Amino acid sequence: MPLPARAGIGFKPAHFTQILQDPGPVGFIEVHAENYMGAGGAPHAMLDRLHADHALSVHGVGLSIGGAQPLDRDHLARLQGLLARHRPESFSEHLAWSSHGAAWLNDLLPLPYTDQTLATICDHVDQVQDTLGMRMLLENPATYLTFAESTWSETDFLRQIARRTGCGLLLDVNNVFVSAMNHRFDPLDYLAEFPLDPVGEIHLAGHEVDGTADDRLLIDSHARPVADPVWSLFADVLARTGPLPTLIEWDNDVPEWPVLRAEAQRAATLIDETRHVPAQ
Amino acid sequence: MSPPNDHAARQADFHAALWQPRPPGGLDPRRFAVYRNNVQHGLTRALAARFPVIETLLGAAFFAQTARVFAAAHPPQSPVLLDWGAAFAAFLDGFPPVAHLPYLADVARLEWARGRAYHAADAVCADPAALAVADPSSLRLALAPSVRSWSSRWPALSIWQRNQPGAPDGPLPGGPEYALIARTPGFSVVVEPLDPGAHACLDRLASGAPLGVAARGTDPTPLLALLFRHQLIAAIGA
Repeated sequence: MPLPARAGIGFKPAHFTQILQDPGPVGFIEVHAENYMGAGGAPHAMLDRLHADHALSVHGVGLSIGGAQPLDRDHLARLQGLLARHRPESFSEHLAWSSHGAAWLNDLLPLPYTDQTLATICDHVDQVQDTLGMRMLLENPATYLTFAESTWSETDFLRQIARRTGCGLLLDVNNVFVSAMNHRFDPLDYLAEFPLDPVGEIHLAGHEVDGTADDRLLIDSHARPVADPVWSLFADVLARTGPLPTLIEWDNDVPEWPVLRAEAQRAATLIDETRHVPAQ
Repeated sequence: MSPPNDHAARQADFHAALWQPRPPGGLDPRRFAVYRNNVQHGLTRALAARFPVIETLLGAAFFAQTARVFAAAHPPQSPVLLDWGAAFAAFLDGFPPVAHLPYLADVARLEWARGRAYHAADAVCADPAALAVADPSSLRLALAPSVRSWSSRWPALSIWQRNQPGAPDGPLPGGPEYALIARTPGFSVVVEPLDPGAHACLDRLASGAPLGVAARGTDPTPLLALLFRHQLIAAIGA
């Protein structure tokens, strides 16, 4: 069963009781895989309880799919165990790297888009999907740097990965906006090129603005409400795709439940407006 | 310099520069600094989440500097950050800038034990009736996986308690101190002070000694009552 084409939220333990009592528009929850890799205790118990009411998306941040080195087999085995235990409706990861040697760097780092990196990533995605026995979604990154050696556009690169591996894509609209502002391109041009057919989920989040005017950089912070231009881009995407599962990601400075619920409601309203309307 | 089209060399340069002031060749310093800050800040926050009282005791700024030195020397060895920090207490023991705080590492050991207890495997509690046999001294107890034994030459438990939200102020006792740290079936992590005899008994029970041997020189009743009250005995056997 895929995720429902409704609004979802990134689950934070502080909201556990309120999600059960007052879920509002929430149609699925998403968790970071690595936070649920302890042996037992409250995290797994909360996930079991929530999954009884809501569809579940497991979102990995640790596989380092864009790494030059082989995937960490121990970590892949942990993921396999987690998915077998909780049987989520979806598993997703990032177009990024985050490990070097044995060290884990705790951030989603950027990579050049070349024939060499494309081949490496396709091998990694194949290995993940074969091991986990399910189709995964791969998310477009928010970036602060680009590489002179890139020979592919990000959208063509993602299209190739999806075509060669059969994986789906996770379209993070805030990431598109952040990258567009940081690299001075038009987010509408990027979205016009983005392969929407394989998209199985959308992410929305808030960002910070660093600097002013010419030296302005947007930072993908997940610590604020979704910005108005991102809502507007999201509505444009929905007009082309029809309803899609859409997650509000709010990972830092986590707000009270009613604030997060209202963000989810705003996404749900936009999704509902595209139901029964033929996609363009 | 490495060839620009070599993905592995590019990542090795990028990784090395995360811990140095200069970015890798050809990359904008301010933009590269966003990644450096994300890596260092993210690891600092992860360590602070695991060791909140150490952060209180050191202050946020000094803790962040300490965390940066620790992270560079002992980076996480897997993406599972809840497993990261086992080496932090020993690191503090050998970190000259905190040499004047000799109790600090034991506070860190207590916080680490709380984290391990929180994430430990689940267990079902044994029936206390199994202790009601003619000679319980030969029985062995299997403790729940969350049970940790902790001790310090310093009043490090009292220091940890004084730094909990809303804790009353007051004079500190002298050391040493002992505790049992574990997770209850309701998922609370408890930190229970023990006397030296009960602590020794807990250590011997945990290493598999039969009750009669574990209780040598002490009355095990208060410890057993504590273990049953928090449902921390997973099995009772011969």
